[in-house]
Amino acid sequence: MHSVVCIKQVPDSAQIRVHPVTNTIMRQGVPAIINPYDLFALEEALRLKDRFGGTVTVITMGPPQAEVALRKCLSFGADHAILVSDRAFAGADTLATSFALSAAIGKVREDQPVDLIFTGKQTIDGDTAQVGPGIAKRLDYQLLTYVSKIVDIDFGKKEITVERRAEGGVQLLKTAVPCLITMLEGTNEMRFGDMADMFRAARYPLKVWDRVAAGIEDVAKIGLKGSPTVVGKVFAPKPRSQRAEMIEVHDNDPQDLVVTLLAKVFTRHPKIEAEIIKCAS
Amino acid sequence: MAEKFDVIVVGAGMAGNAAAYTLAQAGLNVLQIERGETPGSKNVQGAILYADALEKIIPDFRDDAPLERHLIEQRVWILDDESYVGSNYRSEEFNREPYNRYTIIRAHFDQWFNKKARDAGALVLCETTVTNLLLDGKRVIGVATDRKGGEIYADCVILADGVNSLLAKKAGFHDEIKPRDVALAVKEIHFLPQETIESRFNIGEEEGVVIEMAGKITAGMMGTAFLYTNKESITLGIGCMLSDFKEQQVTPYQLLEKMKDHPAIRPLLAGSEMKEYAAHLIPEGGYHAMPQVYGDGWMIAGDAGMFVNGLHREGSNLAMTTGKLAAETLIELKEQGKAWNARSLARYQAKLDDSFVMKDLRKYRQAPAIFEKNPHFFTTYPELLNRAAHTLVKVDGVDKKSKERSIKSAFVEARSRLGLLGDAFKMWRAFQSR
Ligand SMILES: Cc1cc2nc3c(=O)[nH]c(=O)nc-3n(C[C@H](O)[C@H](O)[C@H](O)COP(=O)(O)OP(=O)(O)OC[C@H]3O[C@@H](n4cnc5c(N)ncnc54)[C@H](O)[C@@H]3O)c2cc1C
Repeated sequence: MHSVVCIKQVPDSAQIRVHPVTNTIMRQGVPAIINPYDLFALEEALRLKDRFGGTVTVITMGPPQAEVALRKCLSFGADHAILVSDRAFAGADTLATSFALSAAIGKVREDQPVDLIFTGKQTIDGDTAQVGPGIAKRLDYQLLTYVSKIVDIDFGKKEITVERRAEGGVQLLKTAVPCLITMLEGTNEMRFGDMADMFRAARYPLKVWDRVAAGIEDVAKIGLKGSPTVVGKVFAPKPRSQRAEMIEVHDNDPQDLVVTLLAKVFTRHPKIEAEIIKCAS
Repeated sequence: MAEKFDVIVVGAGMAGNAAAYTLAQAGLNVLQIERGETPGSKNVQGAILYADALEKIIPDFRDDAPLERHLIEQRVWILDDESYVGSNYRSEEFNREPYNRYTIIRAHFDQWFNKKARDAGALVLCETTVTNLLLDGKRVIGVATDRKGGEIYADCVILADGVNSLLAKKAGFHDEIKPRDVALAVKEIHFLPQETIESRFNIGEEEGVVIEMAGKITAGMMGTAFLYTNKESITLGIGCMLSDFKEQQVTPYQLLEKMKDHPAIRPLLAGSEMKEYAAHLIPEGGYHAMPQVYGDGWMIAGDAGMFVNGLHREGSNLAMTTGKLAAETLIELKEQGKAWNARSLARYQAKLDDSFVMKDLRKYRQAPAIFEKNPHFFTTYPELLNRAAHTLVKVDGVDKKSKERSIKSAFVEARSRLGLLGDAFKMWRAFQSR
């Protein structure tokens, strides 16, 4: 079985700040990490490899620095890593990105068929959750989003059964392989690779594919040109002027809590208190 | 098959990177192991980079190293609770290239430095902790790590694992570090827009200021505080001897909070956003507390060997220099076809003795003990100085002669004539002893 995991190197959003004057995101000095959601995808692919054998290929479209992220995936146990990198990809939105990635995965398939494609649920810098579905559509793969568990794969029937978290419950879904899975967070925990994997990752001759190597001829479909998204305006939401107030609970006494709460509400909004008294009397 | 290298360098801080880079440049087969997620992710420093030490390793470092600002002004403040007496030194000479001192942010700088080592051919493994040294009798033959299958062999291991080197201790190379030989420092990085920093500190683009502080802010403990300007942030911190913290039952955090609230410091931070908080030890035991730094198949460089000049706030330059000297010792011996054993590695000690590292550490060998036994340098004098300044500056109808007399008697009252003389002598000895 061959799984391809799409990852993205993102700025650590916990450390990003917005410039107070220009309102733009200040990326300078913010450490780059692997999009945390993608790690759940990678670990799931590695677990399938543990269960059923096969290989795991990690792929990313990004700047040369994304090499660090790929090597890290290799150190977790991925077998191969491909960096799709070309100036022509700069400025890509989700449409152009899914086009480029599906082209690159198409190239991967020329060497070895791809049974499963994994992505994270979404990225923490874009939060669109569009790239995974975009790739599935272009490659004509079945699409399973927000998967929380891979229950089974039937290689004879070429079927996969998964659990998918949905509003108000869990869906048990079965579909045909090949398919693309976007993995939900919190579903597994990334392993601590062993020493052999560390050495392999450090020495791995990374494959870097430019536009041509990724099999893309039409430059109008990639980078800024291939990106219809327009960012109209960027603004920082106003911080709340009032701080939240912590209310201490004594001895788990609900009555006490209710009285305290009401007192706080009434001092802030005397009108509400007046209304209630009026109603009661 | 177990992996085997010429040299394993433990740690990717200043000392480790200097050693790994130098070794790899010379074509040795080097493995560097760092427990942090990336080089620098665990490293805490003020941080001032002294160009000279780095220049001797990477002469053209200014081309691409992530440097924040070069320093053109040094302020020294002696603080009382509500005031300070200070001196400034600012010179255009510091504004002429090549610059001499820079502020850096270690997390960025260490990654750059480590990349140089990797580009030179060192193999680097991060997120891996060396848990033990592998010994064959007394000889170090490799390391064990926290990863499965993690035993790796080498002809020499350079311990550049920072202050409180657990590995050296476990292997019995030195004793547990004593609380009176280490300072505990806390620091914060506060974000401020570049323009604000430049107007607040009266500096231009890329120019920087350091404020070194001592006095009442350390609450009577032996220590100092600092504040540096980065490009878009301010680093400030305070450190005191660990033994003092234990005795006084004060937390470093409390000190830092008080410091930030000092009427002279608060306005410098106004409107800033805290970006990073970190605490770290600094080995300040000095010359008398230094462990043996080499043996059969092992060497120690940087903080792990107590190579810090506490009085001058120099650590990273000693770390880089000792890392480089350790590497050069190995390279030379290899070229001469000599084995790396306790006898041949004594050349490392000779190189250290011959460099500014040991010369400075020897020079200030009395300082830690003198300051430790005389806490009034950190309490009484700052107070007296500040009161004296106040008396002199305030115009209140008292004639100048009486003012001088009252200042003098305040000093004598607090320390007695003999005490003052003795203190002056001790101060002189702390700085001049040779
Ligand atoms: C608050 C503060 C301010 C300072 N300001 C200055 C200053 O302005 N100028 C200056 O020159 N010096 C300053 N110093 C001192 C300076 O930071 C140190 O002297 C210097 O960092 C020492 O370098 P090093 O390589 O020996 O150790 P470190 O930089 O501490 O590096 C040690 C590395 O080893 C790794 N490591 C440790 N144990 C293991 C293990 N078992 N396995 C794998 N890896 C391990 C650590 O993660 C770390 O990356 C300051 C220190 C502090 C705490």
